Amino acid sequence: MANLKVPVGSAEHTLGDEHAPVTLVEYGDYECPHCGRAHPVVQALRKHFGTQLRFVYRHFPLTQIHPMAEPAAEAAEFVGANGHFWEMHNAIFENQPRLSLPLLGELAQALGLTSEDLHSALESREFLPAIKADFLGGVRSGVNGTPTFFINGYRYEGLNEFEDLVEAIDAELLSAKTQHRRAG
Amino acid sequence: MARILTPGTPAPDFTLSVTPDQKLSLRDLRGQPVVLAFYPADWSPVCGDQMALYNEILPEFQKYKAEVLGISVDGAWCHAAFAKAQHLHFPLLSDFEPKGAVAKTYGAYREKDGFCERALFVIDEKGVIFWSYRSPVAVNPGADGILEALENLKEKRQSHGELEGSRRVS
Repeated sequence: MANLKVPVGSAEHTLGDEHAPVTLVEYGDYECPHCGRAHPVVQALRKHFGTQLRFVYRHFPLTQIHPMAEPAAEAAEFVGANGHFWEMHNAIFENQPRLSLPLLGELAQALGLTSEDLHSALESREFLPAIKADFLGGVRSGVNGTPTFFINGYRYEGLNEFEDLVEAIDAELLSAKTQHRRAG
Repeated sequence: MARILTPGTPAPDFTLSVTPDQKLSLRDLRGQPVVLAFYPADWSPVCGDQMALYNEILPEFQKYKAEVLGISVDGAWCHAAFAKAQHLHFPLLSDFEPKGAVAKTYGAYREKDGFCERALFVIDEKGVIFWSYRSPVAVNPGADGILEALENLKEKRQSHGELEGSRRVS
């Protein structure tokens, strides 16, 4: 029913081959425990599918119930602007139970930045517009909670377990192959 | 299963508790679009449940001057606790006594379960249903349908030239 309204652009946070037959887009919230549980699942999926799968992460912070979600997303963008988005992304999820401003500072420091620079970026809200843009694109696409996954543009409605996602991606791979064969 | 009311139907009026000591009537909101969201129950065990999502999107709804109302059979005290816990900034109405009476007039009550469907209505400025949608009860319908309906309503109004000429907000 719901389709991704914002196509994956070149400036986004992507992992994997641009020409991979399947693109998995996640709308996530760094403070959401369900996203925390989905994080290793996504890593396992990338390992399982290799070059067949491209992964894209977009922000969908639920700020009213997760007060640290937005600062965490901004911190990821700040570190990302300095070339280490995925390291920060992983570190935030891996330390989710103790998510706090000091923790974000520590993680940024571990990636070669200063917590002062991070805090001034948070204060100036420099990265907020990009996060809001992700959020609104998600809303328009029918994101109805976190995490929400889109597989080749279609909202995935199943469970966020490895086996369920593998099955859905396999089905998409199969249909992509069939179409390719027809086209060829 | 009852069918929910469809576009073109005048929205049945109601007066329900919005806090333990305050009531709200649909007709009081005439002149602006209203988003009426029936949902099964407070305290659903997921992050970003339907009401939390609408809460986040409130600024978008406000761009259309739309009033959002959540409605379930939970009591006013329950709503108050839920709204406080989730930091909700829009009213939750209690269709509590007689239970589900308003939901029934919209075809949005599940007799067997004793709670509301996940049914969405966008009501226009004149109190007529402009768009409605029922989601499977386990599926949070999100907000894309509502925003699209509000956008279509705005376009319809503009094409009918009903906007107050020069006061058009940019």
